[in-house]
Amino acid sequence: MQSFSYVKATSLKQAGDLLAANADAKLLAGGMTLIPTLKARLAQPSHLIDIGGIAELAGIDAKDGKLTIGAATKHVEVAKSAVVKKAIPALAYLASQIGDPQVRNRGTIGGSLANNDPAADYPSAALSLGATIVTTKREIAADDFFQGLFSTALDAGEVIVKIVFPVPTKAAYEKFPHPASGYAMAGSFVSQTAKGVRVAITGAGPGVFRWTDAEAALGKKLSAASIEGLDVDAADLNEDMHGTKEYRANLAKVMTKRAVAKIAQQSGK
Amino acid sequence: MAKVELKINGKSHSYEVEDRTLLVNLIRDSAQLTGTHVGCDTSQCGACTIHMNGVAVKSCTVLAVQASGADITTIEGMAKNGKLHPVQQAFTECHALQCGFCTPGMIMAVAGLLKDNPKPTDEEIYHGLEGNLCRCTGYINIVKAVKRGAALLSK
Repeated sequence: MQSFSYVKATSLKQAGDLLAANADAKLLAGGMTLIPTLKARLAQPSHLIDIGGIAELAGIDAKDGKLTIGAATKHVEVAKSAVVKKAIPALAYLASQIGDPQVRNRGTIGGSLANNDPAADYPSAALSLGATIVTTKREIAADDFFQGLFSTALDAGEVIVKIVFPVPTKAAYEKFPHPASGYAMAGSFVSQTAKGVRVAITGAGPGVFRWTDAEAALGKKLSAASIEGLDVDAADLNEDMHGTKEYRANLAKVMTKRAVAKIAQQSGK
Repeated sequence: MAKVELKINGKSHSYEVEDRTLLVNLIRDSAQLTGTHVGCDTSQCGACTIHMNGVAVKSCTVLAVQASGADITTIEGMAKNGKLHPVQQAFTECHALQCGFCTPGMIMAVAGLLKDNPKPTDEEIYHGLEGNLCRCTGYINIVKAVKRGAALLSK
């Protein structure tokens, strides 16, 4: 790791000022991705601004059909939260499946969304549920937020404050984790809200994406059989030593069917 | 350089370290507690697992300066008054180690798991130990030791 200056920020304003004053500064929350990245010298920031302890970024709250989670909330907190379990149990389940216990004890929801790893779990929930990402500058709809491989709509100096999830009538997440890393080879978050059924696929492509054909079919009938005849287009999917495009396309479909089956089970049908 | 004041196994320490120093290096080099191991150094193997403010974390993926003010427990802090911690006792009884390299991290992860879930099922044990690798692949006895540790802790 190359050397940098560490600063512990105590307020969002201080973090913003530090970011503005140091062009090569990076934000640090849980550090579960950033620290390994620094070790591999894939990033060489001048400053690390630790926002993990800022009070304005903490807290979980549900009201008026919306679940709000502070950006520095750790995965373990989302997984165990009675408020999350009641409002969106699929989101608590998703959080309980991220990485491993030690990672969940440190990693944060804001960090995961800002990093937008193509195999991360949270982006699928945010996109499927149509969440709003609230930053220090504005509110960004999940549909506009994710912009492909490790890219988001965030500007330099912009900090995620909280994430607002509309509470769905039904939702489920299923993933096929890579056996070593726990990252999704393919994961599918299926949800039904007032706006209809949405299916967000993570892990399979260069970034999270909606499987709109499945959404249309599931919108008519929320049953695994509805998507039996459909296929995820493999053309733009990831291909590496862990699996081919076609394998990932198939996994994405299987995970979607499992998520739909899980929803059917929950509603006792 | 950064000043790091923290408690390790109940004792207060103060160290001057580089900002980029990892917590595991502070523990091993500055505090000279070498029971905490560095296996992969990429936060996959869990050999460096310690407790920070009561929860299991991988100390190779935490900066020492992030642990300033924290209460750290390492494998050396588990035995009390010459008596092994129940999880250590369980690992001994069940022969839950072969080469032993992963054992300190494994024990810290198991202690964390049992704190959360005092009576885990097999599935919960597998899920709870996903962050720890045993390269001897001695998992069968490790799972036995988790159950034995749970029994000893409930006494």
